[in-house]
Amino acid sequence: MAKSNKPIFWSLFAAGGTLAAFLAPALAVLFLMATLGHAPGMLTYAGLHAFAAGWFGKLFLMGVVTLFLWHAAHRLRVTMHDFGLRQDSVVAVVVYAIAALGTISTLVSLLSIK
Amino acid sequence: MSRKPYVREVSKTGWFLKHPRYMRYMSREVTCIPIGAFALLLVCALERLSQGQAAFDSFMAAITGPGAFISLLVVVLFATYNATNWFNVTPKAMPVQIGEEFLAGKYIVGAHYAVWAIASLVVLIVAGVF
Repeated sequence: MAKSNKPIFWSLFAAGGTLAAFLAPALAVLFLMATLGHAPGMLTYAGLHAFAAGWFGKLFLMGVVTLFLWHAAHRLRVTMHDFGLRQDSVVAVVVYAIAALGTISTLVSLLSIK
Repeated sequence: MSRKPYVREVSKTGWFLKHPRYMRYMSREVTCIPIGAFALLLVCALERLSQGQAAFDSFMAAITGPGAFISLLVVVLFATYNATNWFNVTPKAMPVQIGEEFLAGKYIVGAHYAVWAIASLVVLIVAGVF
């Protein structure tokens, strides 16, 4: 059987989509409040720093941010094809590279918060 | 080939405008754009958080105002639309078989909506909205 890396990206897409379905609306509402100048306690420096300093906060933020990224990257790759952009290998490299850079950036940021 | 084959002309870019079902498919797929943008916003927020209070406060100040409000409203709406679509297909994505019978889809969908409501409430409470 031919080797394929599709299951890896697809499972990240599915896991990210499920996590996004459960959490993205509520998380986005927090930022929506912040745009009105009414940031909830978690979106102040003290609140978010305290949350990200703990191991649970680190795991939660790492899981949420990276799975959202990989979900969107894989779905965008397919959607670009649907919109008529047929250079799939180029699209795949671009979207997965952005997701990978975001993953590394999130890891570095979280590890430096003590 | 001696006969001229029939080739149905299909637009590569506008094909989904031909049928409401294709439009609904594309409307589900494009939810990934605001969700991806939101994920990148979170990446930036955490980077600025790691740089200290001044950096984080200026970041949060930068995402106030009408433009940011409209953008985040789009994220909220598309994320909610993705959630309803995601949960509505769960009976097909993971059917639950009990003996000879399959559990009715409404229970699987209902359970997901219930968990969604609880999870959203927990996020809002923990974040200090109330």
